[in-house]
Amino acid sequence: MEPIIKLVDYRRTYRNGSLEVHAVRGVSLEIHAGEFVAVMGASGSGKSTMMNTIGCLDRPTGGRYLLDGVDVDSLNRDDLADLRNRKLGFVFQGFNLLSRTSALENVELPMLYSRPAVPGREQRRRALEALKMVGLADRADHYPNQLSGGQQQRVAIARALVNRPRVLLADEPTGNLDTRTSIEVMGVFQALNDQGITIVMVTHELDIANFARRTVVMRDGLVRTDERVTQRLHAPEALAKLEAEQKAVHLA
Amino acid sequence: MLATLKTALRAIRRNILRSFLTMLGIIVGISAVIVGVSMGTGAKAEVDKQIASMGNNLLIVFSGNMSRGGVRGGFGMQPNLTERDYEALRREVPGIVGVSPEVRATAQVAVGNQNTSVGIWGVSADFAEIRSWKFQSGENFTDADVRSANKVCLIGKTTAATLFGEGVDPVGQIIRIKNAPFTVVGWLAAKGANAFGQDQDDVILMPYTSAMKRLTGDTKFRAFSIAAESAVAIPEATNQIAAVLRQLHQITPDKEDDFSIRSQQEMSDFANANNRVMTVLIGAFAGISLVVGGIGIMNIMLVSVTERTREIGIRLAVGARARDVLRQFLIEAVLLSVVGGALGIAAGYWLAPMLTKFAGFPTLISSTSVLLAFSVSAVIGVVFGFFPALKAANLDPIDALRYE
Ligand SMILES: Nc1ncnc2c1ncn2[C@@H]1O[C@H](COP(=O)(O)OP(=O)(O)O)[C@@H](O)[C@H]1O
Ligand SMILES: [Mg+2]
Repeated sequence: MEPIIKLVDYRRTYRNGSLEVHAVRGVSLEIHAGEFVAVMGASGSGKSTMMNTIGCLDRPTGGRYLLDGVDVDSLNRDDLADLRNRKLGFVFQGFNLLSRTSALENVELPMLYSRPAVPGREQRRRALEALKMVGLADRADHYPNQLSGGQQQRVAIARALVNRPRVLLADEPTGNLDTRTSIEVMGVFQALNDQGITIVMVTHELDIANFARRTVVMRDGLVRTDERVTQRLHAPEALAKLEAEQKAVHLA
Repeated sequence: MLATLKTALRAIRRNILRSFLTMLGIIVGISAVIVGVSMGTGAKAEVDKQIASMGNNLLIVFSGNMSRGGVRGGFGMQPNLTERDYEALRREVPGIVGVSPEVRATAQVAVGNQNTSVGIWGVSADFAEIRSWKFQSGENFTDADVRSANKVCLIGKTTAATLFGEGVDPVGQIIRIKNAPFTVVGWLAAKGANAFGQDQDDVILMPYTSAMKRLTGDTKFRAFSIAAESAVAIPEATNQIAAVLRQLHQITPDKEDDFSIRSQQEMSDFANANNRVMTVLIGAFAGISLVVGGIGIMNIMLVSVTERTREIGIRLAVGARARDVLRQFLIEAVLLSVVGGALGIAAGYWLAPMLTKFAGFPTLISSTSVLLAFSVSAVIGVVFGFFPALKAANLDPIDALRYE
């Protein structure tokens, strides 16, 4: 079967005047539908750069990137926007919610740019459905500053899901969260992945990477290792274990 | 679209004071447009009303050549039109239906112990017809009254009210003008103020012979009022009048006229030209403040784009196209300027009557000027909002997302 994400000798070089930074120096990678991949690596190894390309926010400066069989090099800016809208969902480290906008309206945001247009009533219904999937249906009217970090990230996930994308991309989604809420977010990811959504997630925490099915480790703009997760963690169990540990600390 | 409008409204409300200050230039400019245009149309309506009240077939012959001194220059000239000219014009010019000399004086007029100073016009029996005076009661004096220099007169509404009281019919009463008793034979219907704001009803008309003999002692006239058969007959009548007068005044072909002929139309055009100068001045003022207002909007939109760089990045990331972002900011700019425009129109509606009340300018707000002002403000929003909106639309999604 054709991979949904296919990078062939992908390179990305930043140019600042005469200075060249080779952020990614030739990565070939295939990710198939239904996978859950964790991309790991030290800071500056090129993870975010690669994610931006996979997310059609950026283009390769060398090699090729095929999304769902389509070479993005052949697409213009509007086509890329359209792909981001229909096929991709983003979750960022810093949540990136619109601050003076309710959770519900934040989740509706991608549908404002959908074509054909989604009727207002349908937008609301789908946004509520997405919020329900991340367990926040009762917080629809809350504003970001009235929500905890974990809740904000779940709103961001609902936003990423609302247009039923093929791929969910997350760049350090747990970077700003504590252990417990990180596991909760992983629980949401695993549930979505079980429903068939492909997930690519950047993380530098090994614990978090173990919730994925496959890990790709980068260094200096190259893939060093690419392997299956053998001892995969499952969010409900991890959560139970964490609770037990925390109780133990209290008892001690 | 609705969501975009909502977003724009929210952005404007979020900084309500800043938005208002931004709109100020537009508000000033648009209210100036409204007031300026209303002064133009008001003055024009006034002039049109005057044409309607005088007829469009009126010609006035002034003593002296006015092409050098402007129209008003004629009033200062030594009168040089004679009774012989008057008779000749009546006799020899076929295209005219009425001629009247004009002698003017200001005199003290008294009835009992009431007295007032009134402008007095010595005219012929044709004058009332030529100038479209209607009679409230009584009737015009006759050619016989003119020939005999009888002590009869017609009295305007304001003067009658001053001397006899409001609404009292003065016909048949005796009034003393410079101590000579005159019989009032006609009570003139009201005409209102003229284009220069003077009350036309504070007037007494009498045979020019009586005026010259009893009041002024003049032997020459400062002007003739002449009614042509119709507006179409005016050019031909003008030529003939000139020919007759040149001959009588023995002006050789190499000399200029010692009189001037003006049609009511020309006088109105002159008044309108004056108004236009004022309209242009106010228009220039309005234009400048609109440009300043537009720059203010551009400035604040640029600030807004910078402040909301991250928001733009988020929108781009979830699939907004460049044109979606462009539209969003353009709508915001247009909303700013259109709301400013609406406030400016409201201010204009408030200011124009004040101008009439306190400065005496006639004003008339037309729906066209409101529509114009509104469109202008929308166009300003588009023009000055375009550059900031384009800047927003061309942001790179990643740079925008990373912006702190
Ligand atoms: N916009 C940019 N301009 C120049 N250099 C950049 C830019 N973005 C990233 N880089 C450089 O590219 C390299 C990879 O960065 P990045 O992909 O963000 O790494 P990671 O996400 O793994 O920490 C780093 O050396 C970084 O400094
Ligand atoms: Mg990174």
